[in-house]
Amino acid sequence: MTIKQLSIFLENKTGRINELTKILGKHGINMQAFSMAETSDFGILRLIVDDVERAVEVLRNENFAVKVTEVVHICCSNEAGALSKVLEHLTNSDISIEYMYAFAQGDKANAIIMPNDIEKCMTELKKCSCDINTL
Amino acid sequence: MIWNPNKECMSRDEMHALQSRRLQKLVNYVYHNVPFYRNKMQEMDLSPEDIKSIDDIVKLPFTTKQDLRDNYPYGLQAAPPSEIVRVHASSGTTGNPTIVGYTRKDLAVWSEVMARCLTAYGITRNDTFSVSYGYGLFTGGLGAHYGVENLGATVIPTSTGNTEKHIRLIRDLKITGIACTPSYALYLAETLDKMGLTKDDISLRIGAFGAEPWTENMRKEIEERLGLKGYNLYGLSEIMGPGVSHECECQNGSHICEDHFYPEIINPETLEQLPYGTQGELVFTTLTKEGMPVLRYRTKDLCTLMEGTCACGRTAVRMGRIMGRSDDMLIIRGINVFPSQVESVILECNEFEPQYMLIVDRVNNLDTLQVQVELRKDFFSADVGGMLALKKRLADKLKSVLSISADVRLMEPGSIERSQGKSKRVIDNRKL
Repeated sequence: MTIKQLSIFLENKTGRINELTKILGKHGINMQAFSMAETSDFGILRLIVDDVERAVEVLRNENFAVKVTEVVHICCSNEAGALSKVLEHLTNSDISIEYMYAFAQGDKANAIIMPNDIEKCMTELKKCSCDINTL
Repeated sequence: MIWNPNKECMSRDEMHALQSRRLQKLVNYVYHNVPFYRNKMQEMDLSPEDIKSIDDIVKLPFTTKQDLRDNYPYGLQAAPPSEIVRVHASSGTTGNPTIVGYTRKDLAVWSEVMARCLTAYGITRNDTFSVSYGYGLFTGGLGAHYGVENLGATVIPTSTGNTEKHIRLIRDLKITGIACTPSYALYLAETLDKMGLTKDDISLRIGAFGAEPWTENMRKEIEERLGLKGYNLYGLSEIMGPGVSHECECQNGSHICEDHFYPEIINPETLEQLPYGTQGELVFTTLTKEGMPVLRYRTKDLCTLMEGTCACGRTAVRMGRIMGRSDDMLIIRGINVFPSQVESVILECNEFEPQYMLIVDRVNNLDTLQVQVELRKDFFSADVGGMLALKKRLADKLKSVLSISADVRLMEPGSIERSQGKSKRVIDNRKL
């Protein structure tokens, strides 16, 4: 199973991420993961939340440009070389990664992956020593 | 020095008589050759015989940039195509450029008035002169070029771009005069610095600056850094190009080549002619033009006209510094830019809201234009590459319409301030 990620268009402006997180907080939406891609004048915020539909509704009401995309969330053990094994497998299967962000806590490491071919990626990941999370 | 004392120092009575004769001839000519003017005059119940002297000019209809655009490409041309030997074009507000055709005689008049300007600045046949206006459809390059040749000085057609090579030529060819925009002159000064050279390494002595508004402070800075004396050169392609008016050594306003271009100042609201000394919109009638003559062309430039013999001996009416515009036209790096041009490009793109803001600034003496546009929610593509491509597409379109590059900024939907009534679309941070 893939999971849904929110992409939000943001101008590079002091306090803009703060405004967005404040809105989500006010509506009781919790963020699980978060990454920011930036250019000189705008940024795209990638966000994993507990309630995608409500988050989209709330943000659109506040006039944000929001897009929902499917991404893959994997979880592997938090030890040297674990992620590399997964990525090695994807590379050998000719799957490229457009972007990803990751975080590790305790004995688990999580990564959000945006591959060029999501179905193939899912099939291949099943052969790897990692869990595919659905949140 | 005065190039053509007969005309430039003519008594006011003689000038009045000459202008009257020329206006009568012009009105006859356009009435019979340009349906646009004939129709306008007929609507006003006016016939060529009603124009008996230059003072009757107030009876004649005005011409606007919109009229030129509506009659694209050759609707206002009076001379038959076989007589046209050159065409120039300036950018238009909605994609249609303004086309101006010149006959052989028009080009002769143009190089005559340009020679008058250059002579007034002190250029002689012993000078080597660099024309650093753009060559091409823009009138600046070729207009100045033929004036220098007519005068008999040596012309170096450097055009714009490749500034370091240009400075090497200025140094090695001992170039003494230059025509360019004042902001390009400052850029030259900066490049000179960067190359480790000073004004003592070059021999520039006279600069003819125009095509964009400039201040006394800019003049002082250019003069100081390039070691020359800077003079104002005014013109517009709808009338001729550079050479419509020029300063002299007294620098007390710019003398208008009044035997060819008849100036008036009008109130832009009521369209009434205003007396000398009053600020208003500058209007020109091309008294001798054959290719595309215009009656009472509204330049939208705001200034005053001054009469009285100048200490230099010239009797022609002088125009003061341009104090602004009666429309929203911006001059950026010497190029005319209308906010409506940007608007029309943005409206053609579904990806953006019809909201925009132009931020004009001057960084290191070069004008910059930033165009802020709001992204439409539905067109947010969630990948950086896609968004950058969208931004580039708009930048490319703007470049092709405006002829200058703009820095496009994608903004969040709803982030550009909506105003009640007349919206503010331009923030000009240049200190002019």
